[in-house]
Amino acid sequence: MSTATLPPPLTRKDFQTDQEVRWCPGCGDYAILAAVQSVFPELGIPREKFVIVSGIGCSSRFPYYMNTFGFHSIHGRAPAVATGIKAIQPDLEVWVATGDGDALSIGGNHTIHMLRRNVGVKVLLFNNRIYGLTKGQYSPTSEFNKKTKSTPFGSMDRPFNPVSLAIGSEATFVARSVDVFQSHLKEVLKAAAAHRGSAFIEILQNCNIFNDGAWTSLTEKDARTDHVLQLEHGKPLIFGKNHDKGIRRKPDGDIEVVALGNGISASDLVVHDAHHPRPSYAFLLSHMEHRPGFPTPIGLFRSWDDLPRYEDVIHDQINAVIAKRGPGNLDKLLRTGDTWEVK
Amino acid sequence: MSTLVESPQTKSKREVIDRAVIRFAGDSGDGMQVTGSQFTNTVALYGNDIATFPDYPAEIRAPAGTIPGVSGFQLHFSSKEVYTPGDAVDALIAMNPAALKVNLAELKANGILIVNSDSFQETDLRKAQMESNPLEDHSLDKYRLFPVELERLTRLALEEVKIDAKAKARCKNFFALGMCYWLYNRSMEPTIRWIEDKFSNKPLLVEANKLALRGGYSYCEATEAFQISYEIPPAHLSPGVYRSISGNQALALGFVTAAQKAGLTLFQGSYPITPASDILHELSYYKDFGVITFQAEDEIAAITSAIGAAYAGALAITTTSGPGMALKTEAMGLAVAVEIPLVICDIQRGGPSTGLPTKTEQADLLQALFGRNSEAPIPVLAASTPADCFWTAVEASRIAIKYMVPVIVLSDGYLANGAEPWRIPSVDEIPPIPVKFADDPATFQPYLRDPKTLARPWAIPGTPGLEHRIGGIEKQDVIGNISYEPLNHEKMVRLRAAKVAAIAQDIPDVTVDGDPQGDLLVISWGSTAGSIAAAVKAQRARGSKIGHVHLRHLNPLPGNLGDVLKRFRKVLVPELNLGQLLWVLRAKYLVDAEGLNKIQGRPFRQAELEQKFVEMLPTGEKVQ
Repeated sequence: MSTATLPPPLTRKDFQTDQEVRWCPGCGDYAILAAVQSVFPELGIPREKFVIVSGIGCSSRFPYYMNTFGFHSIHGRAPAVATGIKAIQPDLEVWVATGDGDALSIGGNHTIHMLRRNVGVKVLLFNNRIYGLTKGQYSPTSEFNKKTKSTPFGSMDRPFNPVSLAIGSEATFVARSVDVFQSHLKEVLKAAAAHRGSAFIEILQNCNIFNDGAWTSLTEKDARTDHVLQLEHGKPLIFGKNHDKGIRRKPDGDIEVVALGNGISASDLVVHDAHHPRPSYAFLLSHMEHRPGFPTPIGLFRSWDDLPRYEDVIHDQINAVIAKRGPGNLDKLLRTGDTWEVK
Repeated sequence: MSTLVESPQTKSKREVIDRAVIRFAGDSGDGMQVTGSQFTNTVALYGNDIATFPDYPAEIRAPAGTIPGVSGFQLHFSSKEVYTPGDAVDALIAMNPAALKVNLAELKANGILIVNSDSFQETDLRKAQMESNPLEDHSLDKYRLFPVELERLTRLALEEVKIDAKAKARCKNFFALGMCYWLYNRSMEPTIRWIEDKFSNKPLLVEANKLALRGGYSYCEATEAFQISYEIPPAHLSPGVYRSISGNQALALGFVTAAQKAGLTLFQGSYPITPASDILHELSYYKDFGVITFQAEDEIAAITSAIGAAYAGALAITTTSGPGMALKTEAMGLAVAVEIPLVICDIQRGGPSTGLPTKTEQADLLQALFGRNSEAPIPVLAASTPADCFWTAVEASRIAIKYMVPVIVLSDGYLANGAEPWRIPSVDEIPPIPVKFADDPATFQPYLRDPKTLARPWAIPGTPGLEHRIGGIEKQDVIGNISYEPLNHEKMVRLRAAKVAAIAQDIPDVTVDGDPQGDLLVISWGSTAGSIAAAVKAQRARGSKIGHVHLRHLNPLPGNLGDVLKRFRKVLVPELNLGQLLWVLRAKYLVDAEGLNKIQGRPFRQAELEQKFVEMLPTGEKVQ
């Protein structure tokens, strides 16, 4: 594929299909689709290089609405399908659209293994904390004691924190955004697109039918500033309506929420380092939302791109063997080992 | 049939015979598989026809000296054609009492029995649950018993080598191998070359193993223990260059060949499972052919990654055994729905569930044919011999690409690990496999079909103008958009079935070996081909009107099979299952066929087949 002549610039419209979008009116998925369709044309990548792979669930209908190559596979297996695609064509831009059930329950194994291998695939995890397509059962991200169709007396299992799970799987890019925070979401998508290795983006998304208000504690008026901590590399961890609260390291290595003023200034706070080679700091951040008084961070928890991509390792190894042995000769291969001739 | 000649080296006699069956048996830690493989390689190089049957436990090391820990390797070699590893054993090498106990029943009366007498102490006998010492209680009188102090003699042979006693003891298998080389007048050179190569970094082990091997040989020469040795002249195989090959090796080479012939990258998604793992081991070595082997996190990722690779334009395969097939079921349906080329290899083993991981069985046929939700037809091919695995891999790849379908290849534990001589084809004699990726946006439709093959186009991502969506949801004919329209669904179901049925146009008619019509038709599939062919041949030689059809294609079946079935008064379907092909043939052809079913984790013996033939043949023709 020659890049000598620049293709005509793409627009959002180039990424829309003629298929009727069949999500429920008011679904958070519309906002995510709009964000992706507006970011893709800005990436300068030819349209035929994009492949959207999905599993099963509401979010997994995503490929049908994107005018790129699209593969709607089976429940939970999108990361494995994507890995096969990347192994054969490493220069494709492969994105996985998945949900909390698809990626973390039935496909949990594939998700963690794709991330640990650092396959150059971007994962959009639509987290609405519910099974939507099967009409309202609790999911692996549903809060404890959630009353749903399948748990009328409350769910008994504790949820995954998708960001913690991704960081624990050694993902090299882990971020979080929210369906209704369009400009933030687009910035996160662009950052993920620029990342070469595995990128994992949890998108907090509302299901207005089966789990309406899933994230209102973060998205309703004032909550965005009171309860959300926007992570920015190189900046101190400050949140609150009046920018008056921050995260400080304690002597024992743990973190605490402090009020600014009274001798505490921004210089006492943790300065966000998204590019740290080790995942422990990002993991600590990912867990703060479970603690009373702590905010929920959004943005880039981890963006460390020094690890080679799996697909590149595959082809580097092949090239190294060919450099050493020469390209394979089939006649010679079939005659490997001891042979004898019958006349 | 035998001629006695004076051996030039010793005063013992040398007898020329046309075939022999030898079995090495010992503890899993005794190196019996290596010993058997070395003997096989040597006789194959000499030009005998061969068939082998490695038989080993699932445990890496069951408690030493116990019955479950016995590992065996049987080899049938001949100056004539060899169909099976042999029913009864001419020479048994037993390294301990447990190996003797497990294998003695198969040793012919007056057969050669070499035992390691050093391992017949009281504790050894107890581990094998033997009450008295068979070397002393005359229970072995009907055999030609040769008790040999293998451990002591090996120690003596290795006296000068500076390795510890344990390492020396481990060389006793090569002392036994040396004895067998003397017994069958075989050169030690191929094994010496192997030792030098294998232990090239460990000169002491090279020395030790060579001394043990030569020690065994010289021991026979010096002691004239056997009084007689045997000579089996080379077989009259068709001219060509040969090598010894196992079924798993042959599958691996077949797929590399198919990928080269198609000009595609070979991608293997696989999760380790006995007895299929060796295909992964083999292919992972062939990086110089650009082969990508992906050891997936599980069986499902193994097949779905292969589906992704096929979608991206590779010749993709996934290799497994029965339990793994079960896990791949849903993904096979996806491959059927998206209509991409994929080869799924099931190296069958005893089941259900974990079953008998290292033992052979043919009980996944119905799983291969029908084991998916809804109407999800998949072509199924079964290999008949280790070398045939090569050609089956090539043909399965050809069908997958030509018809844009997933294809299942059935092999089994017996083929996977068994070996035979393979006439190596010249690469030029294998026709190319044409591949055409769609590239014209003006005419492209994801489900527009080739009128002859009904194949849809292979449109790989990265091709400008061909952006489209596929998936497991039902698609509208031609266009490929999601469609829940009732008549469209029926049309697509019928199209997918018709496409698989159309493969019959590439399948040659079956031919009957033996009588073209008569009293009994025996139908085989898979690895039982050899023993059934031998049994039919023997029965026919006794005057019976008997024929044999071997099926390589199990879906679709060859077009003339129904007519052939009608030409015989009775039909017998011997299978290593409870009657799965039998069930298919009865349903499809309304034929009152009978089964002969064995589910013991072992192949058929020729004798048990012949006994069944006699039962089914007209009384007047029962021949003594």
